[in-house]
Amino acid sequence: MKVAIVVFPGTWSDDDCMYAMHQVGADPYKIWHTEKSLNNPDLVIIPGGFSYGDYLRCGAIARFSNVMKSVTSFSKSGGPVIGICNGFQILCEAGMLPGVLMQNDSLQFRCQDTYLKPNSNALSSPFLDKLDRDTPLKIPISHGSGNYFVDGKTLDILENQNRIAFRYSNEFGDIDQKYNPNGSINNIAGILNESGNVLGMMPHPERACDELLDSTDGNAIWNSIIEVVRHKE
Amino acid sequence: MTQFNASVYIKLKNGVNDPQGLAVISGLKQLGFEAIDSARVGKVIDIKLDAESEEQAKNDLTEMCEQLLANPVIEDFDISITNI
Repeated sequence: MKVAIVVFPGTWSDDDCMYAMHQVGADPYKIWHTEKSLNNPDLVIIPGGFSYGDYLRCGAIARFSNVMKSVTSFSKSGGPVIGICNGFQILCEAGMLPGVLMQNDSLQFRCQDTYLKPNSNALSSPFLDKLDRDTPLKIPISHGSGNYFVDGKTLDILENQNRIAFRYSNEFGDIDQKYNPNGSINNIAGILNESGNVLGMMPHPERACDELLDSTDGNAIWNSIIEVVRHKE
Repeated sequence: MTQFNASVYIKLKNGVNDPQGLAVISGLKQLGFEAIDSARVGKVIDIKLDAESEEQAKNDLTEMCEQLLANPVIEDFDISITNI
């Protein structure tokens, strides 16, 4: 599986994503933001970091780059795209996902393990289809602005179309405000676009990819998409 | 073409939680300003631009706000223009 990892000035998780892709046997390469071609990947990752210094709003400037035009058309043709942390913020600002990531309600930068409950009813998505949706995933967060917000009408649409991918939970999968590290509406940790091929999530699955890191749960997401892609070939 | 000075005020919409504003309230109260009722934190962007008329300048600035300066999901904007 060919994986394009997009790099902006200020991206910091690109090497982590490279490492995680090697862990699961994928074939990753980096794409600098000025590039126009993605080189025919099977998956695009927009990693975390502080693209363009978080100027104006997190993720607001990245959408003007050459590479984002290619990412948009790749996703429109059904190609799977995952935006992690700052990548999620970028996908929202680029209009590929609804809503916005606001400053954490605690005003603190949070760097900690979280548990994510995959939504059992979530719509079909290459990121979730081969994943055990009953088992919570232990995946860390590392952000100051992960407080997901949308207006009530859009939230209803997301819920009714089963586009919530993950919610913050405890290790048993119980979802509650007290396990929510940033104040996200409806305890949302990750959402899908209408067709399920674009996923945005604040937690970092690429940092839960090795026993040394105390969790390999992030690999469940990568293995799901690998299996879906292999099935297509 | 005339040059205009504009200030664009970006504010959080009513009803959108503003933890920064809450922290400001708590800080002011600790300083003894007990009478404070609310505080909302926004930002100001000062822009100098050329336009045919003040109306044209306002239209251009509105477009800038809608396309980049404000995020319509959570933010409102006000534009104030002065002729140089």
